[in-house]
Amino acid sequence: MNIYLNGNLLTTSAKTLSELLKEQNIDSTVVAAAMNGDFVPRHVYETTAVTEGSKIEILSPMQGG
Amino acid sequence: MMFYDHKINSRLLLGTAGYPSPEILSDAIIESQTEIITVSLRREGKAGASFRTLLNQVNKKFLPNTAGCHTVKEAVTTAQMARELFNTDWIKLEVIGNADTLQPDPFALVEAARILTQDGFKVFPYTTEDLIVGEKLLEAGCEVLMPWGAPIGSGQGLRNIEALRTMRAYFKNVPLIVDAGIGSPSQAAHAMEIGFDGILLNTAVAKAKDPILMAAAFRDAIVAGHHAYRAGIMEKRDMAYASTPIYGLADFN
Repeated sequence: MNIYLNGNLLTTSAKTLSELLKEQNIDSTVVAAAMNGDFVPRHVYETTAVTEGSKIEILSPMQGG
Repeated sequence: MMFYDHKINSRLLLGTAGYPSPEILSDAIIESQTEIITVSLRREGKAGASFRTLLNQVNKKFLPNTAGCHTVKEAVTTAQMARELFNTDWIKLEVIGNADTLQPDPFALVEAARILTQDGFKVFPYTTEDLIVGEKLLEAGCEVLMPWGAPIGSGQGLRNIEALRTMRAYFKNVPLIVDAGIGSPSQAAHAMEIGFDGILLNTAVAKAKDPILMAAAFRDAIVAGHHAYRAGIMEKRDMAYASTPIYGLADFN
């Protein structure tokens, strides 16, 4: 299945957001996620299905003004 | 001074972007004596982990921003992500109307502010000096307004000072923070002298030759400007008026 993670096309076998983060070695406690433009709270990662063409954004704290 | 339910002592809110190094950023934060630092959310880059460490060490209140958002939807999603990531219901709401001027889109700003307030956020809206936009933001639930001094990062200072004075007079009891455009400490002091409650700035410190020393300069200027406002500045006169008494003046003729 192909998805977009932070703008990059990616082939994955992950079925849920939780599995995707594990597959990508991303610590879910230090990021926030959105799928197809909507915020996905951390407590529903395990039940959030990743589907073909999903656009997923995983964001971290960054410097800002 | 209260920003929502939070009592603050320092009236300087400091941005964290564009410093020469994480160490200088950290020292500038300490030197500024700020209690509130602005942060953002981005796709993780190389320096992600070290910035997280810095945030944990500085022990400040975070004000995440929605910088770079151009629509209500983008701003709302970013705010929701920020709330989880930074564990705060504070959000510096920016909805940008033009990529070159970085001026706020007031229509989208008011709509986003309403949605976020209803969702439990405490919104700090980056707005213009327009009074009606300010009214609408208050109606939407904002308890703080943050008019720009000048375009973000421009360092032009208070570009429309008379309108800012009017805004201060019009919103007597609303905390007003000048956000963006401040270039030098004298400009920050001026904003405080006319009664603003705080200054949010970033580039002026980050891009100084010595950001740590500049953080100290802004710290002191903002305190001085606020003292001057409280002390009551004398009215201007058209003519000179001798400050030294005439009585007892010697006659040397």
